[in-house]
Amino acid sequence: MNTEILGVILQIVLMVGLAWPLGKYIARVYKGEKTCLDFLKPVERWIYKLSGINPDEEMNWKQFLRALLVVNLFWFVWGMVLLVAQGVLPLNPDGNIGQTCHQAFNTCISFMVNCNLQHYSGESGLTYFTQLFVIMLFQFITAATGMAAMAGIMKALAAKTTQTIGNFWRFLTLSTTRILLPLSLIVGMILILEGTPMGFDGKMELTTVEGQTQMVSQGPTAAIVPIKQLGSNGGGYFGVNSSHPLENPTYLTNAVECWSIMIIPMALAFAFGFYLKRKKLGYSIFGVMLFAYLVGVGINMYQEMAGNPRIDDMGIAQDCGSMEGKEVRLGSAAGALWSVSTTVTSNGSVNAMHDSTMPLSGMIEMLNMQINTWFGGVGVGWMNYFTFLIIAVFISGLMVGRTPEFLGHKVEAREMKIASIVALLHPFIILVGTALAAYLFAHAPEFVANEGGWLNNPGYHGLSEMLYEYTSSAANNGSGFEGLGDNT
Amino acid sequence: MKNFIKAFSLTLAMCVLLGLGYVLVLWAFAKVAGPGNGNAEVVTVDGKVVGAANVGQQFTKDIYFWGRPSCAGAGYDAANSCGSNKGPTNPEYLAEVEARIDTFLVHHPYLERKDVPAEMVTASGSGLDPDITPQSARVQVKRVAAARHLDEDKVATLVEQSIERPLLGLFGPAKVNVLKLNVALDKL
Repeated sequence: MNTEILGVILQIVLMVGLAWPLGKYIARVYKGEKTCLDFLKPVERWIYKLSGINPDEEMNWKQFLRALLVVNLFWFVWGMVLLVAQGVLPLNPDGNIGQTCHQAFNTCISFMVNCNLQHYSGESGLTYFTQLFVIMLFQFITAATGMAAMAGIMKALAAKTTQTIGNFWRFLTLSTTRILLPLSLIVGMILILEGTPMGFDGKMELTTVEGQTQMVSQGPTAAIVPIKQLGSNGGGYFGVNSSHPLENPTYLTNAVECWSIMIIPMALAFAFGFYLKRKKLGYSIFGVMLFAYLVGVGINMYQEMAGNPRIDDMGIAQDCGSMEGKEVRLGSAAGALWSVSTTVTSNGSVNAMHDSTMPLSGMIEMLNMQINTWFGGVGVGWMNYFTFLIIAVFISGLMVGRTPEFLGHKVEAREMKIASIVALLHPFIILVGTALAAYLFAHAPEFVANEGGWLNNPGYHGLSEMLYEYTSSAANNGSGFEGLGDNT
Repeated sequence: MKNFIKAFSLTLAMCVLLGLGYVLVLWAFAKVAGPGNGNAEVVTVDGKVVGAANVGQQFTKDIYFWGRPSCAGAGYDAANSCGSNKGPTNPEYLAEVEARIDTFLVHHPYLERKDVPAEMVTASGSGLDPDITPQSARVQVKRVAAARHLDEDKVATLVEQSIERPLLGLFGPAKVNVLKLNVALDKL
């Protein structure tokens, strides 16, 4: 059998097989039960003490939300200051300059909301200091924030009360120390063994075999890549993300990185079932999501492995599938699997250029982001699924003519209003944004030209690029049909 | 305000735990166990570094095996990784591919059109793809052997020896690292 297809099957089996135990573990962590990582307790106690947090203090939802918003506001300021000042801060061996306020604002917002849309290239737009203390830090703590929010919701649903929903600071800390940090360490070590750089030297200058000078960007890559994948962040260390041969040097690292995209979102579907002691509900949610995911994977694999028909028409040998924008060591099948994984989970990292994938693959990628609920981002993405559940419960309640109820909570007009607003906001932002961009493109060409001309491909595909960019932003994804001129 | 102070000190604590603790553990691990001791792994010839093992470089001479077309800077610019981002139906892009096919055929006059591997005329995602498929290496053997006045079989054997099998022989594509192949070729 084709080894590329076998590779994809292996990756999916590893995801599903390990998501179940991890889900069980996550539920135990948030419940405060005993786990195998309890030796980390002193670290957590040190964090609580230093920050003046009382982890046993119970919060109601208003206090929980206030803490969440304040900490995000603070991170925004933190990121702005460091990004603008990065030129004069340490760990800058390549002498990169500070970002403009305009660009720092975009970077900050984008990483703070876990979107990771990048309007700069990692090699030249950031220093090692900001890579670590803004990008990597944000990738950890924003993922942890999403998981903390989900932990709060799970607690509220399980207790059938909204009086107190646990302590935000405690959930935030536990998500980092018990889940994200240990997994990142393991993934990071595998990457290092396979050849991903993890050092602080500047660019490596060398003379190639043919005598040209080549500058090779490197740096603390192996610290950032694991959390970029695990936290559904997606903001790559290098400009081309995980198609870069240092960020993703072998098929093994590719399998591990692709696994890392899916593992926590998958595990959270199980964790939900375990936490609420409604395993069957957890399994059925997982099953629905997995089915939709596999349909997407199947379509994209077929599309990419079959190759570009326009190139077939040229009469050359296209045995490896559509290879424009793909890497030989990864192949077209692994590219297809990744393109679906990264769009269902609001991750947004890529190992092949989505702009160059087949039109129908591009459609699946956009559809995934527009639905935005098949597994979804860590914690928060899952909540989208929840709003759809509420709407479904309400509608079916109406059809059979009894008061709709979900997990012992009545679903009434107020709940429905909120759920509808959440569900409608998403297409609203996408459509308005794309319409505006398309209007400007058609009616104000000078403005577009001044901004550097933002389309890379003409015709229908150009419209797709704009639609993709807004879908990606609204879905918190951050991958791009990168042809769009990448500078704000 | 109380929350703000908590946020500040929590961020500092996380900086220590993640920015220092986690990063230093990985850094030390890379120093000891990483193939390049923390930097990109290199390939050396007589003690002189000729390239990063995992990063592709430009080969244009007839005496070397070529890598894939690259859109990174002026070609294989490892400080400026970049894909083409061309859509699959873009007429400009398709014309470019046609031109690359013609160029490839000019340098390999013994090939028929249907023997040209698509990956040799389409750009990689990073612009730094270090590998080509085994088939792409095989079609270049005749040209390289002729340019070097070497026996064709000898070069063909070297190509077969340079093929890296899929992971555990089962998962993922087989490939040939262009830089390593060319370095081995120079030693023939």
